[in-house]
Amino acid sequence: MIYLLCVLLLLIGLYGVLVKKNLIKIIIGLSIMEYALFLFFAVIGYREGGTAPIITKGFEKAVFVDPLPQALVLTAIVIGLAVTALLVSLAVRIYEKHGTFDIRKIRRLKG
Amino acid sequence: MNLIVLFVAIPLGAAFLMPLLGRVARKIPDILANLANFSLLVLALLATKQGLVVYKIGGWEAVGGIPIGIYLVLDGLAVLMLLIVNVIGFLATFYSVAYMERYTDKPRYYTLFLLMIAGMNGVILSGDMFNIFVFMEIAAIASYALVAFGTEAEELEAAFKYQVLGTVASCFILFGIAIAYSLTGTLNMADMSRVIAQQGIGTPVFFVGTLFLVGFGLKAAIMPFHAWLPDAHPSAPAPISAMLSGVLIKAIGVYALCRVLFNVLGLGKVSSFLYILLVLGTLSMIAGSLLALGQRDFKRLLAYSSISQIGYIILAFGLGTPLGFLGGLFHLLNHATFKSLLFLNSGAVVYSTGNRDLKKMGGLSQRMPVTGTTSMIASMSISGIPPLSGFWSKLIIIIAAIQAQQFIFALLAVVVSIITLAYYLKVQKLAFFGKLGEAWQEIKEVPAVMCISMIILAVLCVGLGILLIPGIKAVILDPAVEVLYNGARYAQLILGS
Repeated sequence: MIYLLCVLLLLIGLYGVLVKKNLIKIIIGLSIMEYALFLFFAVIGYREGGTAPIITKGFEKAVFVDPLPQALVLTAIVIGLAVTALLVSLAVRIYEKHGTFDIRKIRRLKG
Repeated sequence: MNLIVLFVAIPLGAAFLMPLLGRVARKIPDILANLANFSLLVLALLATKQGLVVYKIGGWEAVGGIPIGIYLVLDGLAVLMLLIVNVIGFLATFYSVAYMERYTDKPRYYTLFLLMIAGMNGVILSGDMFNIFVFMEIAAIASYALVAFGTEAEELEAAFKYQVLGTVASCFILFGIAIAYSLTGTLNMADMSRVIAQQGIGTPVFFVGTLFLVGFGLKAAIMPFHAWLPDAHPSAPAPISAMLSGVLIKAIGVYALCRVLFNVLGLGKVSSFLYILLVLGTLSMIAGSLLALGQRDFKRLLAYSSISQIGYIILAFGLGTPLGFLGGLFHLLNHATFKSLLFLNSGAVVYSTGNRDLKKMGGLSQRMPVTGTTSMIASMSISGIPPLSGFWSKLIIIIAAIQAQQFIFALLAVVVSIITLAYYLKVQKLAFFGKLGEAWQEIKEVPAVMCISMIILAVLCVGLGILLIPGIKAVILDPAVEVLYNGARYAQLILGS
């Protein structure tokens, strides 16, 4: 069930990217897509009744959640930050040139 | 020998030093960037003698036959790709020495350029899925910034479009990696391949394959996903256009797609999936060439031509025969040389005339003999005129299609080759032949460093046909074909070492 929610979130993000006409809203849509995937990774690593994957006294035989997806999510979040920062700075420069965030008015490239 | 780490370490280190040392003296950025890329070129040439190398970072050996560390893998296909990336990379840096004088910020330009090279080398050498993603993002983010490097309105718009589509592609790839991990419980590509071979190829594997096809297909600009390329590639400075069209779409698009589909997911023998590649390749081949025919902008025409030629490569891979893989890989190598050369030519024309509109040019060969001659060679090579290199790769692709009983696809490949000839003759006629325009009486040939880069690439365009001579073919092309055709052997080779 929770997997479906992740996919739903991904689709909401994709909707934002495809349909919205405002540069900032497109960026937000992309961020939602990324967050859906981070959530998906975290859910993959979950084990029923699992604890943090650190072997200490009394927890040698406990069920651990899978730590690998969590490590991946951390890396992916950093990459997502770089992507968002670059997109926002591009949007700022575009606003300086055109005075608008509306993609219908920013159409120099054709053909 | 663990020299293969240097393929990532040298450009990353140079990219780190560039902003620190770049302001000390004016010549340092040029020297540092060229030195770094030249040493990469030498390393890539040395790598051809290596055979299979598996390097485990930090010395983490496999536990009970299951790899736990990060692997770097150098096999036949990786050697071929490293050669392409680093040869074109060095020539483009050399060209940049003169070309980038008119832009203000050389150190930052070289920093991004070197990061892009590091990312591409990383994708090629990486032995696990997640590092492919990380290195791909390094290369892609550097390329987004480089497309916007001129910070004019068009360039910013193109970069924004490129980055939005690129990020959507990355999301699909990450989604695919997540599902593949939950299916197999491993990220190591060889181990994943082994587990999938044991489980059998079911519906989830097809779903993952489709996600990767969409993700890497967007990066490679295969037909339904091509919309960003004609904006992004012409907007970048010319050496970057050459890198993007000549190398980047192949390293993080075509190469990563083939590696994942054929070596990891084992879809190389599934005819229904190969047929999808065949159809998508043919679509982009036809549409790219027809759209190129109507262009007036020199660089935009070249960008559409890239879509068309990538179509040839995907078509050849979709045949799934050894000859098909040979043709596809050889065409990939050839396209890297002639398309980079053509973009460098367009850069030379822009450098001298400040103009990209073909209709306003004319007779430029009289004033720019080197640019005129080299672009003539590249145009003839890409259109498949014997004995230039493009002829041989297209011939192999067409023969392979006939051998695989795909007569319609063979016929279409021939027809598109003729259309290609038509639009490159148009470029030659409008830009370089005929009467010299009034405005261009005073223009000069570009500086010597730019000429040298173009001449070396032109020599490669003429001479690469020798790679098909049996003795030389066995060193460079055959190992790469072997990797793709016997996709399942990848797991045994890596896990056994």
